[in-house]
Amino acid sequence: MILAVASGKGGTGKTLVATSLALSLEGQGSVQLLDCDVEEPNAHVLLRPTITSSRPVLVPVPRVDKEKCTYCRVCSEACPYNAIAVMGKNVLVFPELCHGCGVCSYVCPEKAISEEGREIGVVEEGRAGEVRFVHGRLAIGEAMAPPVIRAVKQRADRSSTVIIDVPPGNSCPVVEAVKGSDFCLLVTEPTPFGLHDLALAVELATKLNVPCGVVINRDGSGDQEVERYCAQQHVPVLLKIPLDRRIAELYCRGQTLVAGMPTWRKPFRDLLESVQRLAVAGR
Amino acid sequence: MREIVVLSGKGGTGKTIVVASLAALADNKVLCDCDVDAANLHLVLRPTVQETHEFWGPKVAVIDPEACTGCGLCLEACRFDAIDEFQVDPLACEGCGFCLHVCPEEAVTMVDTLAGHWYVSDTRYGPLVHARLGAGQENSGKLVTAVRQKARSIAKDEGAAYILSDGPPGIGCPVISSLSGAELALIVTEPSLSAIHDLERVLAVCRHFGVRALVCINKYDLDEGNSRHIEDYCRQAGIDVGAKIPFDTVVSDAIAQGVPVVEFGDGLVSQRMEELWRVVAARW
Repeated sequence: MILAVASGKGGTGKTLVATSLALSLEGQGSVQLLDCDVEEPNAHVLLRPTITSSRPVLVPVPRVDKEKCTYCRVCSEACPYNAIAVMGKNVLVFPELCHGCGVCSYVCPEKAISEEGREIGVVEEGRAGEVRFVHGRLAIGEAMAPPVIRAVKQRADRSSTVIIDVPPGNSCPVVEAVKGSDFCLLVTEPTPFGLHDLALAVELATKLNVPCGVVINRDGSGDQEVERYCAQQHVPVLLKIPLDRRIAELYCRGQTLVAGMPTWRKPFRDLLESVQRLAVAGR
Repeated sequence: MREIVVLSGKGGTGKTIVVASLAALADNKVLCDCDVDAANLHLVLRPTVQETHEFWGPKVAVIDPEACTGCGLCLEACRFDAIDEFQVDPLACEGCGFCLHVCPEEAVTMVDTLAGHWYVSDTRYGPLVHARLGAGQENSGKLVTAVRQKARSIAKDEGAAYILSDGPPGIGCPVISSLSGAELALIVTEPSLSAIHDLERVLAVCRHFGVRALVCINKYDLDEGNSRHIEDYCRQAGIDVGAKIPFDTVVSDAIAQGVPVVEFGDGLVSQRMEELWRVVAARW
């Protein structure tokens, strides 16, 4: 089963939930955690895995053979990203705008364009206790997270329980991280900010055809509107984590909830059982 | 006119709360919400929308089932796994048009998509430019650029001293679009090991784009040791810490009421927000 842990709003507790879910399965079968928040990965801060392999993520970018190029502009007209431009007798490539789609080399009538890999980040793999760990890191100054997320997801082992830590937001990186999952847990907080972004996240999960359920973090602060919304939309609330300064302090020190407060192991195990049941029912 | 963008790397450290407070404290400014994925500033500033504009995203491919012969060339060409059973998944399509170029039957057309809206609004604190990107859409960077351009043109017309922007989390496309060319990046962090990790990355992005940074530590008293570590780190990097804001439930009470925290109470949180604005205004 692939379980995505998402939220819309940042800082609601996705990583706290994803890491504790993974650890709650210790001794209960194979578990893999994929941190797809490649702009700001944090799961390793809590799980402290031993990294055993590191691979670059390459996106193909065009290389123009000046001997063959006739400056006909067919490539620049075909590129929807303005990543290749012909200026007189010069072809300029803007690698950070290139999506690596391969259209320019296909349309070139002179076969003057080949492709070379450009590194935009890395995928690292390792182990934290029984948890098999994979995360991606987008390089500083790079804009495009989706290719790095794709590279992380290629490491998913469907025969085990795969938990995906999804980036915040509501656009293409979230689509890339969530699509193909069997279930999506949405972590929110009971505030107007949390509710607003939860509604966007539910809309996206529905669009992606992934069944979802909610975890309310910092329960007891704010108001009742998130629960009212969930009841109206028939989105199940599967776990509540109270607003507790001790939990916030544990997180500050980089400790997981189940390691710092072992009584939480059972609620997380129960959460995973509910998710498994709902994922089967939603199929 | 000076453009100040509030970033954090890690989400949920308190960017919007800081921007809303600075909005109440600063005179003569234009407000801008660059977090177009999950905009929240309007929930506190409660704007009246004056103008609504459509945002058209990249084109997506559509296959005409009548003309398609199922030859499979498009499936081979597409590098984004966007075609399944000769239908294009609009959420996966990146609009490159490779399928259109390879289709021997001319069965593919590229169609425009309405990817979101952006708004110009009035608030009690001045004009606000903000946006809403449709769920799962691409190109949030371009929508950020549209929002910033409008904020700049309003600021120019009105002779505003500042543009205050609420930025998105992360370090990728929408952050780069929010940051490039701004005068100051105000980074809101918190004393968790995760936030410190993310702070270091977002500061590296600021350096990469040549934008000066100022740091604000929110909820600093949740872990005073980590807060000292942030202060030491910033000192070594030559970056000032503008304010340290304590953890206080008054912040979530203010959000629930939909008002900036500086207008909700006059406790330590409000005092530190005022201190932060004094530091910013004195130097930028």
